[in-house]
Amino acid sequence: MNGAQLIAAALLVPAAGAAGIALAGRRPNLRESATLATAATLLVCVLGLLPLVLAGERPQLVLLEMLPGITLGFRLEPLGMLFALVASSLWIVNSVYSIGYMRGNNEPQQTRFYVCFALALAATMGIAFSANLLTLYLFYELLTLVTWPLVTHHGDGEARAGGRTYLGFLLGTSIVLLLPAIIVTWAFAGTLDFAPGGILRGAGLSNAALGGLLALYMFGIGKAALMPFHRWLPAAMVAPTPVSALLHAVAVVKAGVFTVLKVIVYVFGVETLAEVRAADWLPTVAGFTIIAASVVALRSDNLKRRLAYSTVSQLSYVVLAASLLAPLSVAAAALHIATHAVGKITLFFAAGAIYTASHKTEVSQLDGIGRRMPWTMGAFAIGALSLIGIPPTAGFLSKWMIFQGAAAAGHHAALAVLALSTLLNAAYFLPIVHAAFLREPRAGGGVHGEAPKPMLAALVLTALATLALPFVAAVPLALARAAAGIGT
Amino acid sequence: MTLAHLPALEVVVPLLAAPLAVLLRRSSLAWAIATAACAFSFAVALLLASEVSAHGPISYHLGSWPPPWGIEYRVDALSAFVLVLVSGIGTLTALYAWRSIAAELPRDQIYLYYALHCLCVAGLLGMTITGDAFNLFVFMEIASLSSYVLIALGRDRRALVAAYQYLILGTIGATFYVIGVGLLYLSTGTLNMDDLAARLPQAASPRAVLAALAFITVGVSLKLALFPLHLWLPNAYAYAPSAVTAFLAATATKVSVYVLLRFYFGIFGLELVAESLPMREILLVLSLVAIVTASLVALWQADLKRLFAYSSVAQIGYITLGISMASRDGLTAAVVHLFNHGVTKGALFLLVGGIALRAGSAGLECARGLGRTMPLTSLGIVIAGLSLIGVPGTAGFVSKWYLVLGAIEAGRWWLVAFVVATSLIAVAYVWRFVEAAYLSAPGGRTPEPGETPATMLVPAWILVAACVGFGLQTSWTVGGAQRAAALLLGGAP
Repeated sequence: MNGAQLIAAALLVPAAGAAGIALAGRRPNLRESATLATAATLLVCVLGLLPLVLAGERPQLVLLEMLPGITLGFRLEPLGMLFALVASSLWIVNSVYSIGYMRGNNEPQQTRFYVCFALALAATMGIAFSANLLTLYLFYELLTLVTWPLVTHHGDGEARAGGRTYLGFLLGTSIVLLLPAIIVTWAFAGTLDFAPGGILRGAGLSNAALGGLLALYMFGIGKAALMPFHRWLPAAMVAPTPVSALLHAVAVVKAGVFTVLKVIVYVFGVETLAEVRAADWLPTVAGFTIIAASVVALRSDNLKRRLAYSTVSQLSYVVLAASLLAPLSVAAAALHIATHAVGKITLFFAAGAIYTASHKTEVSQLDGIGRRMPWTMGAFAIGALSLIGIPPTAGFLSKWMIFQGAAAAGHHAALAVLALSTLLNAAYFLPIVHAAFLREPRAGGGVHGEAPKPMLAALVLTALATLALPFVAAVPLALARAAAGIGT
Repeated sequence: MTLAHLPALEVVVPLLAAPLAVLLRRSSLAWAIATAACAFSFAVALLLASEVSAHGPISYHLGSWPPPWGIEYRVDALSAFVLVLVSGIGTLTALYAWRSIAAELPRDQIYLYYALHCLCVAGLLGMTITGDAFNLFVFMEIASLSSYVLIALGRDRRALVAAYQYLILGTIGATFYVIGVGLLYLSTGTLNMDDLAARLPQAASPRAVLAALAFITVGVSLKLALFPLHLWLPNAYAYAPSAVTAFLAATATKVSVYVLLRFYFGIFGLELVAESLPMREILLVLSLVAIVTASLVALWQADLKRLFAYSSVAQIGYITLGISMASRDGLTAAVVHLFNHGVTKGALFLLVGGIALRAGSAGLECARGLGRTMPLTSLGIVIAGLSLIGVPGTAGFVSKWYLVLGAIEAGRWWLVAFVVATSLIAVAYVWRFVEAAYLSAPGGRTPEPGETPATMLVPAWILVAACVGFGLQTSWTVGGAQRAAALLLGGAP
């Protein structure tokens, strides 16, 4: 198959898989096989595209003309390749985990869950492959809509409130801020295609207007959870944990920072932004988000909430790195999308395993749990180390590059923020590991062992991936550098 | 030879189908006649539209009397567009009525519904196709009188009051319109629209022309339910039979918008409308107020039909907002939204009709738990609701895109903010249905309502599919709207 066909396949496979899952709804084993088969086929399609992109090709596919002059089109470049690769490979692991979690907790509406999950992956692929802003925006909104039933999965009052916040923030920011930004771009640049070097140079916008437009984009991309538009992410934690793990640590939030990178690199252009100094305010906002979210995480006793705020903070690493506008920091931002993904999904997997095995949700309840669930808490420890950025974990790799980028850009405040946040990361993760392994279990904790096998297999696998990534980093690194325009 | 007479057949066939339906009496025969007549008109409209886009406007002289003496039928980029909408929705609602009307009307009255439906379709098509200002009045009366009766057919006795309200206000509107036309005739001595446009600049008394402009504006605004002249609309939509609501919501107000466009840009001309009277500013303010207040009122409705009726008032505000910009993008937005909103609202009201049939009423409390018991109906409402909000990939998005583009080109940044911010109110009122249908336990009805019958679901889903289709592939709608906008700004039609 050639590139265009592979792109079409990568978009169609999860969508068709969703239909298959819906049809097999009455037979759970067949349904779960359909999910796994879809995930595997998707990964094969994405892997098929990888050598093309690494060889410098940019496969294209144009479907329709959405508006005169703007197509519904796809064009795969290194950044999109990296994002698609991360999302599709983690989907397989997450599907295995979901099977254990959904069955272990006797969750209702499992067919709807798997259908929406497959659709969410289809939308993610659409975002990763999009050739222009309008196509990206279409799939961006689609992703919000198909993940809403997953957030409100339990259908109770809490889920309803969470769903309202989720949709309110994500649709609100994208309609009120992002859409006008896109239309203004179209009105002035006359194109919405992602192009190396950007499309806004010489479009007749003043420097102040460029700064304003950038603000519309950065806050409009609510999925990147820049403060003060981050509240939807903790609200989304009412969803079952597999949703939090893949969608709200990987697909949805990474779609946000991916869009941020796309806008900075391919719409504004790093050089244009650096020249007119339109992005000077952005490191401050991102830095504030990093620190503030870390402080909130530190004060949260609920484990998933703590992880959610940690995600908010980590997303702003990507935004901060991108906003420094040095080639190295842009590459670091791209790489951080991948490294944070494997680490954070491990942490969420562990949180879900703890809940399934012991129904514990609070950090303060975890004393001594490492003795009953050594595999789970071992994986949690690895994920935590990666998030802090300690070698030889994946997180070290990207954090190191972000530090280098900040140093190269001579941005001392950014360096200080990074150092402080590393301390804060350690402060909110290490006590959990400490309590789990070194404290005595509280009396009356109930007897339980490890979580169901599929969940355990999934979290061990991602923990191993977290450890292995630095040693097989050539591919993600090559993609990240190509995206930042550093010679391969 | 027949091909040359297509513009006349477009109107004459449904007009003749009406008495035929009365003569045949049998409800199934009446249904077949009405559906066939509407489908014929739809096919002719499509043919005319492709003919117009290929070879330019068509002028047809009734009885071979050349204009300005005889009545001229004129099909151009704008009217072809509206003809397709009216005849298409007319066909789908006729199909839909088979089950829907049978459940709502006594058996011996059903043929009357089909006869009136044909009359109403003929009237609206006639209003659209005619190039003669007085002939337009005649067709307006045909469409209005039939729609008063159609509304009064509603099962609820309140339908009679609603129809009566509409009768009074509609008649005032039509009277104002005909007074305006009379004044124009007095000043120019002609009724043909082209001829009027050519002679108005030399009119003896500019004051009479301005008075005509005022009368026609108020008269037509009543018909198109421009705020604050919309008071007849919510009750009429809420108590009419479901098929009638869907048809009127999708077409009747849209044709009136078309008439307004024709008069403003085709006859009076932008200079007169914009310079001698502050019509653009008045229209702008009324549109803004309509959008905000009607959307907010929709938010508090407990009945889905009323909710979407108020949403219609707000959406009409978006159309008139586009008209008030009087720029190329603004008019494109107005024309494309006229079409897209017709399709969207048609889909919504057809689906709500399914809920009314199965759950007993269209109250929001009846929608509880419908996500499980009526999955296709609920999903359809959600998708059409997204189009109402203007989510990308749906028809409503295209309209919003051009509206914002028009505001940017006019340099009115506050208007950009206004348009995007008010679509959030639409999110909120569509939201109320979603939470009721998907996140509320069923109300404990026994037996649980089943899915909408297929003969109702299929026409509704054709429109739902159109909502998505016209959001992804826009060359036909946007292309047509852009040609129509160019035509309107280019002077005489």
